[in-house]
Amino acid sequence: MLRYAARRLLISIPTLLAISFIVFALLDLAPSDPTANLPLTIPPEVREKIRLSLGLGEPFIIRYFKWLEQFLINEPLAVLEQMTGLTIGDSENRLRVLSWATRSPVTDLIVERLPQTLWVVGMSYVVAVVIAVPLGVISAYRQYSLFDQIGTFISMLGFSIPTFFTGLLLIVIFSVWLGWLPSIYDTTHVVEDWDSFWFQVKQMAMPTMVLALANASQISRFMRASMLDNLTQDYVRTARAKGVRERTVVLLHVLRNSLIPVVTVIALGVPTIFGGAIVTEQIFRVNGIGALLITGIESNDIPLVQTLTFIFAILIVVFNLIADLLYGVLDPRIRYD
Amino acid sequence: MTDATASAPVAAAPAHRSLWADVWRQFRAHRGAMIGAGVFGFILLAVIFGPMLWTIDPGETNLRARNQPMSWAHPFGTDNVGRDMLAQVLAGGRVSLAVGITAMAVSMLIGAAIGVLAGYFRRLDGPLMRLTELFLALPILPLLLVAILLFRDTLRANFGPEAGVFLLIVLIIGITSWMQTARIVRGEVQTLKEREFVLAAQSIGTKEGRVITRHILPNVLSPIMVSATIGIAAAIITESTLSFLGLGFPPDFPTWGRLLFDGKDFMTRSPGRVIWPGLFISLTVLSVNFIGDGLRDAMDPRIRGR
Amino acid sequence: MTGLKHLLAASTALAFCAGPALAERGADGELKIIYWQAPSTMNPFLSGGTKEVEAASMVIEPLARYSNTGEIIPALAAEIPTLENGGISEDLKSITWKLKTDVLWSDGTPFTAADAIFTWQYCTNPEGGCAQGAYFDGVANMEALDPHTLKITFTEAKPFPYTALVGSESPIIQAAQFAECTGSRAPECTEQNFNPIGTGPFRVVEFRANDVITLEANPNYRDPAKPAFATVTFKGGGDAESAARSVLQTGEFDYAWNLQISPEVLNEMEAAGQGKVVVAFATSVERILVNFTNPDPALGPDERSVWKEDGSNAHPILSDIRVRKALSRAIDPVILTEIGYGKTGRPTCNVLPGPDIYVSTANEACKTQDLEEAKALLDEAGWVPGPDGVRVKDGKRLSFLYQTSTNAVRQEFQAIIKEWWSEIGVETELRNISASVFFGGDPNSPDTFQKFYADIEMYTNNFSGVDPEAYMAQWTCEKAPRPATQWQGENINRFCSAEYDALAAEFSRTAGLEARAEIAKKMNDILMQEYVIIPLIHRGGTSAHANSLGGVLINDWDSELWNIADWHRVK
Repeated sequence: MLRYAARRLLISIPTLLAISFIVFALLDLAPSDPTANLPLTIPPEVREKIRLSLGLGEPFIIRYFKWLEQFLINEPLAVLEQMTGLTIGDSENRLRVLSWATRSPVTDLIVERLPQTLWVVGMSYVVAVVIAVPLGVISAYRQYSLFDQIGTFISMLGFSIPTFFTGLLLIVIFSVWLGWLPSIYDTTHVVEDWDSFWFQVKQMAMPTMVLALANASQISRFMRASMLDNLTQDYVRTARAKGVRERTVVLLHVLRNSLIPVVTVIALGVPTIFGGAIVTEQIFRVNGIGALLITGIESNDIPLVQTLTFIFAILIVVFNLIADLLYGVLDPRIRYD
Repeated sequence: MTDATASAPVAAAPAHRSLWADVWRQFRAHRGAMIGAGVFGFILLAVIFGPMLWTIDPGETNLRARNQPMSWAHPFGTDNVGRDMLAQVLAGGRVSLAVGITAMAVSMLIGAAIGVLAGYFRRLDGPLMRLTELFLALPILPLLLVAILLFRDTLRANFGPEAGVFLLIVLIIGITSWMQTARIVRGEVQTLKEREFVLAAQSIGTKEGRVITRHILPNVLSPIMVSATIGIAAAIITESTLSFLGLGFPPDFPTWGRLLFDGKDFMTRSPGRVIWPGLFISLTVLSVNFIGDGLRDAMDPRIRGR
Repeated sequence: MTGLKHLLAASTALAFCAGPALAERGADGELKIIYWQAPSTMNPFLSGGTKEVEAASMVIEPLARYSNTGEIIPALAAEIPTLENGGISEDLKSITWKLKTDVLWSDGTPFTAADAIFTWQYCTNPEGGCAQGAYFDGVANMEALDPHTLKITFTEAKPFPYTALVGSESPIIQAAQFAECTGSRAPECTEQNFNPIGTGPFRVVEFRANDVITLEANPNYRDPAKPAFATVTFKGGGDAESAARSVLQTGEFDYAWNLQISPEVLNEMEAAGQGKVVVAFATSVERILVNFTNPDPALGPDERSVWKEDGSNAHPILSDIRVRKALSRAIDPVILTEIGYGKTGRPTCNVLPGPDIYVSTANEACKTQDLEEAKALLDEAGWVPGPDGVRVKDGKRLSFLYQTSTNAVRQEFQAIIKEWWSEIGVETELRNISASVFFGGDPNSPDTFQKFYADIEMYTNNFSGVDPEAYMAQWTCEKAPRPATQWQGENINRFCSAEYDALAAEFSRTAGLEARAEIAKKMNDILMQEYVIIPLIHRGGTSAHANSLGGVLINDWDSELWNIADWHRVK
């Protein structure tokens, strides 16, 4: 298994390089422009100067390799320097990946925004998994019971109603009518005592619930379907016939086997936590990674989007590997050698 | 008990019944599935024939009848430039259903094919999964911008403005949403492949193609069905995001997702603007889900036997 | 809800004081501002977006700015130089600014003319990519006659010399802080760009790009009693509706900017009684542009929408003025205003809607729709109704492609105008394009507003400041976008008239407000009476403020936060 993991990681290096090249080419081909959001009062000659100052005058391939050098060599060194306080080489003149819109290092922006994304999106994911797995198990075990029907109905609503709508609905109810929860997330808020903790809970409540509903609906559907498949298998009948307790049958044998497709769904979802939730972050002004990505795309901030996408790609590759390894743990019949 | 043995008693039954007749019989017995099929059929009929009965042009603005509540003249009310909501919901349904179903079908075809191939043939696993990772990592928005830049004018010239955009949207949604299905199907196939009935089929020299269609595919139907249900909803909503970004259909072309999006700020003023499109999206997804449930049960040899 | 708490704290504090008259710096606690587009930097020279300029205007200031009535008032200058007081030379080739002598930067060092000169050098550095470079066009030299006297010399006579270092888009930065940040090093100075040292009422405590800015009162601000607020939280992100809601309905914020929302929705929110919507008009006009060249997709890249001097590539339908006039007569700008803008816009018949002295009254007929006249014009031009109601002539259908950027109000306008045009027998195909592409100017994209691969397009344009010279010069022949200029150029219509070009040249030589106004009106009338542009709405800057916030004088000529030093809490 370890050798398999090591080999997969090695293979993923060229994969990641290919991904980064394709993404860079894609962003370069896209017809949006970093000066698009400037007022029309700024004349074309000035716009051209701005483009040149961003390095857009150089050929595509040179810009790609510059980015690669900045991202793979300069950025890790800069982070290392910040952590250790050491000076490595000519750090004064080492160019970091600078966002075009803010003209500040992209990694600083990401680090600044990671906390709120992890809090809100991460928490919503945990909530979603905690709700969805038991919900799926019970729904399947008591198929077509009232519980199952209600669960089905709610989860259908969960993925057929887009978050731009549920988010707004919650704001109208809880912020405008009832006035219980703040509609705007305060990213500078620091938790230091019970009061500030309670405020943090309140400001996280709505975005977390919106996202958790959307995620839980999907995961619970996969969980239920997979449980249903396994409940009718022969091994279940055998186990019951042998007199194994019903709890053990369901929770140990069936659940374990049913988790295989669900693990994929959950593992594929983890990188998206980092990616943030574009719509929900916008509605509640959580201003995390998702909001960063969308403003980057809108203003065609290539260094920013490229870096975010690349980190995203790394996470996808890693979590796909984790999912594959988990298959092996859950089902000993799957072997990777 | 395997697939082969499960179908044996059926074959031995005195009156010969085909597999599909059997599936249909089982499907009919599934109450939820029948209700789902009924609702879905009703929605389909409504959007296909509705505009012939309700002949108001969905694009026609009426500046004297803005923000009207429900009335006989406008059963679903009107929007803020006086367009009739019923006509818009019916017209929007045609587009949304067509986009939802076709895009879902494209995505399921690609996803299932890649998943089965990667799970079944070990040498294909590596390359296909790396391809999946590439697609997962692609940022959708720039991809769309590039696709539209490259293909819109060609498609528009060959198929006309509407059909051209339709093809583009369906293909784009389809080819950017198959990855989850592919990963799940692959995981399932990997376990199935080691199961006794597959090994048995292989050992008696069954051709690989037949093993896949006869033994593997029927057993991965349930995750595919779930993906398909989610896929329809996702496609309808993705389409609305696209039009909102100016990448979708022309602006005078209503779709459910877009009606919902445009109506959201009028939620408290004219609730009909969000309730109707929202209701139709949910009903469609709900009915497709129940049909999917019924189909899965009907296709499952273990349940069908009972 | 810290916001609410502060608000309560502030109002109870006020209850014990004698209201805002008892002015003391920082007495009113926290001010919460929401801009739904978040600033990405505090250096307006590196990003020319309105949001960055306005955020920076709390911290750094120009020599003079425009008041809410469009009048030039001194900021860092002691007085406004004029011909009368000798500040402007007789030959119009130089202007001499007297600076206030008691101004300190927020770090305590004195502000001098050297800072102004540095700012000019900083922005005109060829490698810096300064977004406000146009403000320094024509500046030959800047020199300090003494530490508090600045002389700007121009390369040629400049009838309107209040450009460089005037207005929030052209503020003065501190020479000492930015000395190492010139040219290609400008973008690398993140610390300086995020935390500029300024002379304004506030200084930055923490800057989070595209998210939130925390500011506090500048201890060295020149008026010891101001600003009334101790801190400012400047939050960004989201959309206009929710920004309006946070001020007008939930009361979480004090001030929300740029609220282009459906008038029904805005009125409903305002009715909640928590705050007020305020509007100010300057020069923004939503307009429809008519393409004078042929955008036929069958033409090659050197022909399609490219203006040719011999007129060989004129638009096959729209070069007939009767068709253009018919399109205009079929539109009712009054109804459009009512539906799309409410009190935040007003119908206009001029492409030059302000300042008042430049506004022509010769074109008011456009405000009344006349479908019959429009039909008659088309009949006269030889377009006769075909079997499906769409007019035809010589086998051609009267059909247009009408494009604009993606925006809810614009799409509603498209639908309504399409309907009106169909009533006079004009067929319209609509297209909307993502704003980042439409306004992006990428020469490889077919969808930019400059390329104009359509017959009709719609968007808003304006000019900054109060002088329309550069704005009116946009429609001269040489400014037509074409492949040779990488599709850059401001004459989007490809309109070309010798008479208009002559007027533009005369405008740049003429001094004296009355004479200039005369020419500007003439130019406006040509554009209107030739139906080059169909103006629709004179758009106002729209914001909302809480009832408890006093001193707001909304300003569309300059930054809306131009007088933030005077803002205070009212009971």
